[in-house]
Amino acid sequence: MVQGAEAGTTKRRGKAKSPPTGRDGLSREQLLQAYRDMLLIRRFEEKAGQLYGMGLIGGFCHLYIGQEAVVVGMQMCLQPGDQVITSYRDHGHMLATGMEARGVMAELTGRSGGYSKGKGGSMHMFSREKGFYGGHGIVGAQVSLGAGLAFANMYRDNGNVCLTYYGDGAANQGQVFESYNLAALFKLPVVFIIENNKYGMGTSADRASASKDRSKDGSPWGIPGEQVDGMDVEAVKAAGERAVAHCREGRGPYILEMKTYRYRGHSMSDPAKYRTREEVQKMREQHDCIETARKKLLDGGLPEAELKTIDDEVKRIVADSAEFAQTSPEPDESELWTDVLLEAR
Amino acid sequence: MGATILMPALSPTMTEGKLARWLKKEGDTVAAGDIIAEIETDKATMEVEAVDEGELTRILVPEGTENVAVNSPIAEIDGGDGGAGTSASGPQQPVSNATQAGGETAEVAKEAEDHAAVAAKGTEQRPETDAQPKAPAQEGEKDWGETRPITVREALRDAMAAEMRRDDKVFLMGEEVAQYQGAYKISQGLLDEFGPKRVIDMPITEHGFTGMAVGAAFTGLKPIVEFMTFNFSMQAIDQIVNSAAKTLYMSGGQLGCPIVFRGPNGAAARVAAQHSQDYASWYAHVPGLKVVAPWSAADAKGLLRAAIRDPNPVVFLENEILYGQTFECPVDEDFILPIGKAKIERKGKDVTIVAYSIEVGLAMQAAEKLAEQGIEAEVINLRSIRPLDIDTIVASVKKTNRLVTVEEGWAFSGIGCEVAMQVIEHAFDHLDAPPVRVAGLDVPMPYAANLEKLALPTVEHVINAAKQVTYRK
Repeated sequence: MVQGAEAGTTKRRGKAKSPPTGRDGLSREQLLQAYRDMLLIRRFEEKAGQLYGMGLIGGFCHLYIGQEAVVVGMQMCLQPGDQVITSYRDHGHMLATGMEARGVMAELTGRSGGYSKGKGGSMHMFSREKGFYGGHGIVGAQVSLGAGLAFANMYRDNGNVCLTYYGDGAANQGQVFESYNLAALFKLPVVFIIENNKYGMGTSADRASASKDRSKDGSPWGIPGEQVDGMDVEAVKAAGERAVAHCREGRGPYILEMKTYRYRGHSMSDPAKYRTREEVQKMREQHDCIETARKKLLDGGLPEAELKTIDDEVKRIVADSAEFAQTSPEPDESELWTDVLLEAR
Repeated sequence: MGATILMPALSPTMTEGKLARWLKKEGDTVAAGDIIAEIETDKATMEVEAVDEGELTRILVPEGTENVAVNSPIAEIDGGDGGAGTSASGPQQPVSNATQAGGETAEVAKEAEDHAAVAAKGTEQRPETDAQPKAPAQEGEKDWGETRPITVREALRDAMAAEMRRDDKVFLMGEEVAQYQGAYKISQGLLDEFGPKRVIDMPITEHGFTGMAVGAAFTGLKPIVEFMTFNFSMQAIDQIVNSAAKTLYMSGGQLGCPIVFRGPNGAAARVAAQHSQDYASWYAHVPGLKVVAPWSAADAKGLLRAAIRDPNPVVFLENEILYGQTFECPVDEDFILPIGKAKIERKGKDVTIVAYSIEVGLAMQAAEKLAEQGIEAEVINLRSIRPLDIDTIVASVKKTNRLVTVEEGWAFSGIGCEVAMQVIEHAFDHLDAPPVRVAGLDVPMPYAANLEKLALPTVEHVINAAKQVTYRK
């Protein structure tokens, strides 16, 4: 039995199901935290889009708006020392790991206060302290690298797990399948998380892969997998707990296919001709992760004022990060020549 | 009618081997296809099958004999016929596919011997037995004292073993490195000493395992990735260039990548275009990588130890033909060489010859012959391609006023280009002649023995180039 959830948990296969209840659900406190974290990513990304429009952010800028539940739900499953690695659509992942909004935004504007001192940009940021290993611009490369982070956990026998994120587009790269084999062969503690937002740039997933259920992609190697409603932070967290527990028990890798959706284009320059406005609208109105959480909190009796307090706090953080990102100086010209090589000791 | 059984070759570069065991004895009747003996080289073991039928009348080489030359008679069937090896039994079933890169084809032994000679590029003796001239310690280079002769193969293994003893974050991974003891037996014995946790067999999946190794290095582990040959590193070059080399810079100095990519590089012998290429200039192009190419056993040991300790990604380009060559190497337990320093292997005043890897041997032989003609060549062994020790080269050219570069790779955008250009930038006024490049010809490596020979640099080429820049006939 390759597919399916572990014993005693809800099985999620095929079409994404409605939000789970009971033991899968989050406490009000957890849901509130998740709401706050998702909102921070949403507002941050909106601001990044704005700064891009003003010419303050250059190059590529891939926004995470719509997919927030995935990283926030998964991050709730982690312990200190666990690692996260992803592709170029990485701002949300960084904020979820607890990296400072200031440092992320200042990197987007290419300033010295950025996480990479302005030398990496949107797609290349890292924080060893927060267990965030990038931020990688080559589609699919982070999957082998993530297997390597997990390999290091195995080598050190430290009980840590690596979350390795990639999109439905990257899931077609050869090295992804090589990594499945390696991870299964060595029983690496890695959760492969396919963020299936239905489009690899402008090509819909069904035009790019003959595999229709990506959660089964690891089945030749015996890697269990499940499809998850990636628009529902509670479903994500529940599936994440199963996957992470599987890894921590030394049982090897696990695949989670997150059914999610990005509201914005692939990058800022995306003309979005490949999908209808109605499709986007429908997702926003019916499946938005933040709205769902908000409604659930209010239905559960949380006073609206408390949400308002969170909204204000998030707004303040984002405004502060934007201010910092514009006032932090550009890197000193001497930085051009630093960090190419480390001094041999 | 009798037949003579000749010592077969396991690979195109094999010149001799050990007759490990006879499975038949004199007087036995053998049928075609019978396994009659086992032979061993430092790379692999194989079984010898009879091609002819008849009575094994004489065993000419007793079992346990070492250094049996390829193509020499080892037994006779039905009294033998003294014929030229028509009954030589080719390698039938290597115990496993040791020599994917070296070529596992069953070639006629005589041919293989020729190719080994080609590969040795004019070496009179066979490369496996020919101890290279010992160069005196360079001025400014630490004198490590007592030396002893070891092969490049042993030097590489000893370097890895020493560093693995010193630092438990160091581990070796690659295809056939553990249970098989190395496709070229570089990792022989390491599995026994360090166990499967630190000497790890990989499936044939270069892109995936290279990425995995780089990811592990990001956490501070120190992987040594063995490529069975650097030709296969092309499968993984994205991870080497885009992930290993650039992440330190892209992370503003947060994420180093202490990793070594090593394996044989360049032409072996008769393995054709896809297995015969020098990747020095490919990797040397990339800031964030160090690129090292040892020649001697001392280079191999000292530089590999430095590469493993280096906090940066190091591409370590070995050469299959050099593996079996013997050189003097310091015995000092702490022996290590700095990356980024070239070595003057031979002093001279008339022309500077810059070479790396196996071409250093070629340059040394050329220098020997040039000396007989009154031309004193200074031979510089680059050791490190990036960083390039341009200071040593320029100082030499300022003395000799002439430059010849030697590389096995293609001239176009090659290492010779870079060396010559930097010499022009730094010492243009000191040049008395345009620099000359000796390089592999601008074609994919041909298979045919005569064409392959034509495609590779020779001692003659180096001599001619030296004469050209010194305006001598």
